[in-house]
Amino acid sequence: MRNKTLYARLFIAFTVAVLTGSAHAGKTLDAVLARGDVRCGVSTGVAGFAIADSAGNWTGLDTDFCRGLAAAVLGDAAKVTFVPLSAQQRFTALQSGEVDLLSRNTTWTLTRDASLGLMFAGVTFYDGQGFMVPGDLGVQSATELDGAEVCVQTGTTTELNLADYFRANNMNFKPVVFENLEESISAFFNGRCQVYTTDRSGLAAILAVDAPNPDDYVILPETISKEPLGPVVRRGDDDWFTIVKWLVYALIEAEEKGVTQANVASMMDSQDPVVKRLLGVSGDMGTKLGLGNSWAVQAIQAVGNYGEVYDRNVLPIGLARTGSNRLWTQGGLMYAMPLR
Amino acid sequence: MAAVVPAPPRLGAVAWLRANLFSGWFNTILTLLALFLLVRALPPLFDWGVAHAVWGAADPDVCKEASGACWAMIHEKYRLILFGRYPYAEQWRPLLGLVLLVGMIGVSCNRNAWGLRLAEAWVAALAGWLALMWGGFAGLTFVPNNLWGGLPLTLILTVIGLAVAFPLSIFLALGRRSRMPVIRILCRVYIELIRGVPLISLLFMASFMLPLFLPTGVSIDEVLRAQVAIILFSAAYLAEAVRGGLQAIPKGQHEAAHALGLSYWQAQRKIILPQAITVAIPSIVNIFIGLFKDTSLVAIVSLTDLLLAMRQAIADPQWRRFFVEGYVFIALIYFVVCFFMSKYSQYLETQFRSGQQR
Repeated sequence: MRNKTLYARLFIAFTVAVLTGSAHAGKTLDAVLARGDVRCGVSTGVAGFAIADSAGNWTGLDTDFCRGLAAAVLGDAAKVTFVPLSAQQRFTALQSGEVDLLSRNTTWTLTRDASLGLMFAGVTFYDGQGFMVPGDLGVQSATELDGAEVCVQTGTTTELNLADYFRANNMNFKPVVFENLEESISAFFNGRCQVYTTDRSGLAAILAVDAPNPDDYVILPETISKEPLGPVVRRGDDDWFTIVKWLVYALIEAEEKGVTQANVASMMDSQDPVVKRLLGVSGDMGTKLGLGNSWAVQAIQAVGNYGEVYDRNVLPIGLARTGSNRLWTQGGLMYAMPLR
Repeated sequence: MAAVVPAPPRLGAVAWLRANLFSGWFNTILTLLALFLLVRALPPLFDWGVAHAVWGAADPDVCKEASGACWAMIHEKYRLILFGRYPYAEQWRPLLGLVLLVGMIGVSCNRNAWGLRLAEAWVAALAGWLALMWGGFAGLTFVPNNLWGGLPLTLILTVIGLAVAFPLSIFLALGRRSRMPVIRILCRVYIELIRGVPLISLLFMASFMLPLFLPTGVSIDEVLRAQVAIILFSAAYLAEAVRGGLQAIPKGQHEAAHALGLSYWQAQRKIILPQAITVAIPSIVNIFIGLFKDTSLVAIVSLTDLLLAMRQAIADPQWRRFFVEGYVFIALIYFVVCFFMSKYSQYLETQFRSGQQR
């Protein structure tokens, strides 16, 4: 008998030790506050968005958003646990509560939003699929690509979009598929195919960094798909969803109002009522979200406004800020709902 | 009569060449063909890997100009490749842990050291290793195991995998030959089930399916999940290797043990198993080597083992052009470890054969 209870106790102790995390169901913010860190699902390595540098630190737009969130919620940008997730893993990890949010190059689509038990909280980057060809091919438009051999990475929506586009335009193509990014790039520059296709962000980076001579290649004007990328949270926790959504808006609003990492302290004296509300000088925007009123200040101090995050991470991979990713005031799509 | 043909020399380089490389027309052709291929392949390889390569620290643009390999990429990224995202300033800890593990493996290779003492030393070493990696005491900062990566993770998945799977496999092998039907059937079902699915699907199950069955917010450590999958998998394979050894033991050994009045466990421990495992050593080491390489599959479930750490290093656009160098680097590491294991198994075989000749 004694032995049995001893074993039972050991078993329980073991189970408790193994099952980490708390029993909060849905209350993500409470869990984050209790745990003292934000668990953020990121990709295993996409330059400009989430990549480990030579010292093993994460840099990128996606990871900076998580740091900003940790700063807003916990007051410390370092309190993030980055969980690298493969494309197949990411939704399960979010559904099962292993991560509090996905900030992982994930395209917002109806199927994902409606049927996977998750919600997209906003858009931090507008991407779209494009084509790159050697300049001496003499091609001006993607509609002239009939019969071309196209290098593409397998297992992505890129491959499906490619097929859709050629079918819609009654053209044929020969896909040359690769498992890895670097292999597909190397194949293209070695002439294994005439056309390379991936998201335009990727194309720009490849052109800037990998091309033996960038002037020899052109990116065709057509964008054949819409790829809005942004943070994703679990369905069923509206409070947490709201926090993540409004952090995206706060970073965009900060850029629009010229609040930067460097001047955020002096901007506290600003007379602009929007800036005052954003920085928590007046109103109680933070409290309404269940955070402190300095939530946005903390996030901006940690990572800067949206433009700074973009310039720090995405510009160096050779992707100038054009088109949709500019502020709405400059003709882009980055538009923050009013913080009031 | 015909002239006396001098007997071919039996010693010296010429004799060796004639015996090993030119012993017949077929072998002569093969030798020449191999020589031809080597002559064609080696100089370009040498030019690429050594003569025209960029060594030491260098800018990626310097590499871009060079026609050879860019070992500067390894120079820049080797700490990320070897230790993953373990905090940079603390990487002396995984290094020390690596030395500890390799030292223990070195000691274990000595047959005279085998025994209960060694097992205890292993338990102590593994506990010390875990403490060193986790930290959180005596001024060492706490490092959660989701930051462990690179070679230490690969080695520890292998070492713990084998250390737990091997004893488990012995029980499974004995159970499969047991006279008790329930145990026999259970062991059989387990072995056949696990051997019927690839390791990758076990890892997928552990990584994707399991969390869905747990309540929200409750999660089992990812490294632990992968480790358990590896243990379950290798135990089934090792059990079959051990069973092969058991079947090689003549029935007379069992009967003799029985006649001496030894109990079942005494007989297994003192008479049957020592012989059976000796017989099974080549295939066991084979499975060890396979398992070491199989651990790279955990990259699929985003554990930063040596392979994924290398892939993270080449995700850097500045250096991704030099992915071949990265693969060559980790291939060398895998080769060194596997070559050592295979040589060691040959050594063990000869050791045992000398005492076991029938």
